[in-house]
Formats: sequence, C-alpha cells, structure tokens
Amino acid sequence: MNYITIFNNQTIPVSSIPEVDYNTLLETNINLVSGKSERHCVNYYGYNIGNKIKLICCIADDNTHEIFVSSSKVQQNEKLNSFTAKLLCFEKFEREIHENFGIGYHDHPWLKPVRYSHNRFDKSKQIANYPFYSIDSDELHEVGVGPIHAGIIEPGHFRFICNGEQILHLEIQLGFQHRGIEDLFIHKKNILQRATIAENIAGDTVVGHTTAFSHVWESLCGYKTKSDVEFGRTIALELERIAVHTGDISAVCTDIAYQLGSSVFGRLRTPIINYFQEWGGNRLGKGLIRPGRNQFSFNKLLGERLKEVLDKFEPDFTEMNEELFSLPSALSRFERTGVVSFEDVSSIGAVGMAARMSGLNRDVRLSHPYGLYSELNHEPIIKHHGDVYSRVQIRKHEVWQSIKHIRNLLNNIPEEISTDTELNKPKQDSFTISLVEGWRGEICHCAITDSSGDLLHYKVKDPSFHNWLALALAVRNNEISDFPVCNKSFNLSYCGHDL
Amino acid sequence: MLNNVKILYHQGKQFIPDVTTVNVPGIFRGRPIISPEKVDENKLAEICPTSAINKNPVSIDLGKCTFCGECARVFSNKISFTKDYKLSANKRENLIIKEGVDKPIELNSELIRKEIHKMFGGSLKLRQISAAGDNSCEAELNAAGNVNFDMGRFGIEFVASPRHADGIVITGPISENMAEPVQICYDATPSPKIIILAGTDAISGGIFSDSRAINRSFLEKYPIDLYVPGNPVHPLTFINGVLSLIAKRKGN
Repeated sequence: MNYITIFNNQTIPVSSIPEVDYNTLLETNINLVSGKSERHCVNYYGYNIGNKIKLICCIADDNTHEIFVSSSKVQQNEKLNSFTAKLLCFEKFEREIHENFGIGYHDHPWLKPVRYSHNRFDKSKQIANYPFYSIDSDELHEVGVGPIHAGIIEPGHFRFICNGEQILHLEIQLGFQHRGIEDLFIHKKNILQRATIAENIAGDTVVGHTTAFSHVWESLCGYKTKSDVEFGRTIALELERIAVHTGDISAVCTDIAYQLGSSVFGRLRTPIINYFQEWGGNRLGKGLIRPGRNQFSFNKLLGERLKEVLDKFEPDFTEMNEELFSLPSALSRFERTGVVSFEDVSSIGAVGMAARMSGLNRDVRLSHPYGLYSELNHEPIIKHHGDVYSRVQIRKHEVWQSIKHIRNLLNNIPEEISTDTELNKPKQDSFTISLVEGWRGEICHCAITDSSGDLLHYKVKDPSFHNWLALALAVRNNEISDFPVCNKSFNLSYCGHDL
Repeated sequence: MLNNVKILYHQGKQFIPDVTTVNVPGIFRGRPIISPEKVDENKLAEICPTSAINKNPVSIDLGKCTFCGECARVFSNKISFTKDYKLSANKRENLIIKEGVDKPIELNSELIRKEIHKMFGGSLKLRQISAAGDNSCEAELNAAGNVNFDMGRFGIEFVASPRHADGIVITGPISENMAEPVQICYDATPSPKIIILAGTDAISGGIFSDSRAINRSFLEKYPIDLYVPGNPVHPLTFINGVLSLIAKRKGN
C-alpha cells in the first residue's frame, strides 16, 4: 500500500507511514480524492529532515471514518508537478509548501504567498509587494480595503475588481496576523505554555483548538481521556457554537441595517459567554481545557445553572428568529446573495458550515467522532442553496441543535470527577492527527515527535484555511454593497489562518 | 409593530446601570492578592506560562499575566484572584502586584497629560488596531459597545477611520506584518492623540513575547497613556480604565 489507514486521534510510529516517490504520492492522493465528494484533504504539509523536505498528506473519508496518510521526501530545489493542476482543493497547501521551503511547481496556477511566515524561504516576498491579480481595462475599477478594517475586526487586505457596482473578482490577502504559532509549539517546552498557545490560536474558537491540542497530546502520551473530561469538553464545544452563531446572526442583521435583530441577538450572546465565566472564570473559555484534565470540572450545580440559562435563552432566540425570517426586507437581502454551488464547495474542499450550506455533508462530529459525539446521534444540518440565507439558516438550526445536544447530555452528568493525572512522556518518533468540529468547521492538529519524545513538528489547520476561497467565489457577480453581509455570514478567521 | 414591542418587552432591562460598581457574577479572575505565606517560590515562578511571576518577594506582573489561574490553583494559599476588574494603569510598573498588597490599582494622576480631560473628557473617539492577537480582545471591545455595557453613553466610541479618532487602541502583540500598518494608522490620527494598549499580548507580547514573528518597535517610540490588562480584556476593565483616564482630576 502507498498509504496507511488510521482513525481520528490515533498515534502511530512515523516509520509506519509509507514513504513513496513524489509521483506516486501525487497519483495516490489524487486517486483517493478524485470524484469522491465524501473524501477531502484534511492536511498536506512539509517539514525539514536534514536537507530534505518530508511531505505528509492526510485524506479523510467521511463515510468510513478512515484517514489515509502517505508521505514522500523531496529536495528543496526540486520542481514538481502540482496536485493543484488536477484538483483545486490542494491549492493552498501547495502554496504553503512553496512559501515555506521554496519547492517549485511546473503547473501551479496561483503560486502566491499564503501568510508571509517569518521563516519563509524567500524573504524578498513581502506583504507590501503582494502581486495582486489585475485586469487592464478602462471600464473596470479596483477597490482596496484594509489591512485595518473599519470595524473592530482583524486585519486582512481585500482587493475587488468591479464593473460599476458589480464585483467581478475578489482577491484576499492574508498573513497580517502571523505570530509564529507553529514554531512556538516547538520552542515552548512546558505543557501549560503549549496549552496557552493553543488557546490563543483563535479567540472565538478557544474550546475547539484547545480540545484538538489536548486530544493530540493525550494520544501521544497514550492516555485514555476520562469520560467526565470529555463530557465537559463536549458541552463547552456546543456552548461555543451557540455563542458565536448567535453573535454572527447579530452581525448579519447589523449589515442589513436591521437594528432590532442586531441588538437582540447581540445581547443573547451575553448570557452564554457569561456562563463560561461562571464555569471557568473567562468569557471565552480560556483556562478551561488542559491536556489530561479540565481545569474546572462540570458538576450537577453547573448543570442546573446551564439549564436555567438555556431555558431563558431559547424562547427569546426563537422569537427573534421568527420575526427576522418573516421580514421581506431581510429575506430579500439574504436570498440568492453570495451563492456558492455544490460543485464549487466540493472542488475547493470546503469544510464545516461552508460545505453544509451547499448540500455537502461534512461534519467531523459525525464522520470522525470524538468525545461523546458518537453517543449523541448527531445529524448534520444541511442546506442546499449556498447563499447567505442558507448560512444564516444553518446557524439558527445549529443553535437549536446544540441546545438539544446539551439538554441530552445534562440528563447524565457524570457523578465521578476524575482527579489530576500526570501524563506520561509522549511516545517517541510518533505521528498523531486530531480532528475537531469547531463551530466554523474542521480543525486539524498534527504532531510529530523525535527520538526523545519531544515535539519535532506541529501543524495546525483552521477551517478558514479552506474556506476563505469560498468567500472570494461567493461575492462574484454580487453588488459590492452585499460584500459585508456575505463576509459576516461566513465569519472566517484571520488569526486561525495566519497562525 | 406589535411583534417588535413584544420582543422588546421580552428582552427586559439589559443594560448595566452603573458599570463602575457592578458585581461580576460567577468566577472572575481579576486583581490578584498574594499572601505572605511561605511556599516554594521557584516552583511557583516556574508554573507561570508567561513568566509573569517573580520571586523574592513574590509579585505578579499583570502586563504579562494571561489570567489562566494556574498559580492560584496549585498554590491556593499563596495566590487568589479577586473579582476586582479595575486593572488599568498608566504606569507600566503599577501593573506589578506585590506580596501582601491588597489595594486597588489606580491611575497615576501626575502622568495624565493635562489636555486629555480638557479635549476628550466629554467625547473620546478611538480607532482600534488589531495587530496579530487572537481576536478575543477585539470581541470584548465590540462587546463594550453593546446593549449591556453601552460604552457610548459616556461619549466613548470606536470610529471607522483614524482621521476621525482622538487616539488608537492596540490589541495583539504586533506582528512583523502589522508593524507598518500600525505606524501608518498612528500617523493618520490627528494630534493630540492617545495610545491605549488593550490586553496582555499588546502590553508585553504575552505568550508571543519571544516569537520571531513579532515586531514591537513601534511601542518604544511613543509614551503609552493607558495599559488595560486581560486575556482578553473584560469590557468592564476597559470602560473603567478609559473613564479614569479622561476623568477630571482633583485640584484641576
């Protein structure tokens, strides 16, 4: 076999990953994904081994729960045939490999920098001289926005090419938030420091990223996570989803100038994040999840309080949604705005909500279950129109669904609360992959240890890494005035992407 | 119309009447107190992920602290976090909490420039610069303006352009890639202007302080008017900090 088959959160010896020549790697992975919408690339990256670069490619199958891992060693100055020329979903991964190591491609159509990482290969490529796509025309004009945006949001530069009010093309330049996260995972030796870094990858996905990191670490140490710990994490993941989705519906209302919706959904987010504070002392869930434990265990009393919070939240949330979705002026801004087709989301390998909005059933909670999800009979919420309306609808239904999941879980709050466990040292020369469905979609963390069991390489992939391209496609042929509502309906992460 | 009234009725009163004295519900890790109890100080200092704890005597630097609470968990007799959310200072040293000290952190009125109250006492417009944080401080600064905290009632608002602003609020440790945009934004803000650093990442770099991807040279060039600690900054911490900065000083 040219690849090894593993499952979510499984640790294997690095040596068990088949190492094939590059052209075999290309053919194998293209064959795995080609024509199968249930499969996609969850991670494809490189790391230095001596003066060579080892490439590792991970393809997930949503039906069989399997992950296929293959690898190849290539030279730095090699020029390769690209995966991208055959399948678009590898586009970003190969750009990243090119940016980090200088590996060239014969037939990559868009070999531009991804995040201007501090340790990139070619330092002459700077964020100030990004080669934007442009069209020479007297009829068209360009609109540039950012990096500092008008609201209190993260930096990124957006360049629109417009015909009058109509957007022909949008190019999104990222990298402004790059803080060297992956490098820090290696250089910070203490486990609490690493957990803190995981918490600071994306502030709106604290629980998602910290859970992924904890799962990686627990698996590397051969530790079987206790079910009361997973209980707390599952509740926290669903609460994070409720909080952000509610806040995002508020933001969408703001962008269509619907003030009542904006205020009511905005304020409904508050009791949820305040509950996080009651539980663990931080409104975004920082300081809650640690490898091997949760800092603050979930107990009966917290369960009672959570029931109260949800009982008050749900009727107000439902009432406001009924009003919003019966407003013709709101619907006319949502429907058929920012459409991305099933073919497009499949070809770019979109994940999470950005896949489910167009009928692509992709949800790690179902396809690669972890924590308590296999007991919850989770059924992903799927919409089919791929427009702003679908994205807002998904948010609404997922909030209801998360409330349902939490209520189910609260029927069986674990009596036993596990005490602190000293984890063993991580296994030597091992590879671990962890997938978590954050509210935005699939989070993937991969780790490799060296011969002494220390971290040799750490790789983080936020769902935004796939999904930014979906936003660029969504706004084509829309009016530029619809851009904000399209953007908010995706609410993609800059910091999660830039790392 | 009737539906809207019904919805408004169901929301009840959401705003916090007095943001300077309200009690935060549940656990809140605010200003810490360090007891004189003897502990293994080496172990205590080692525990901190951002080296915010110093030994002999023990102190915690809130400009470096990520408020993870690990020190209070392991050394619960030595360190406890109070619910005091008034954490802002205008002198960097005042963010360092020393052993045995249990008193509020206050702004040093000598250091507040005279024009600040005169120019901005009734209306302060701020431009926020997100400089490579994790978007958590940004979310909380947005929340400061929502219907609960309603910072706008004090005349403090975030605006869409530096040209309309009286000062800048920086969040995040400032990445190499954001160094130039931060400078451009500062230069575009008309004088007199203030600089506020919001969050541990902005104040000290936090967990990113020794990352090779950040560039904090901007901060060496200008005096900082206000440091607001937190990871992220709590809206109440931010509002109270800014209110004390622009308040009329005694004897003026």
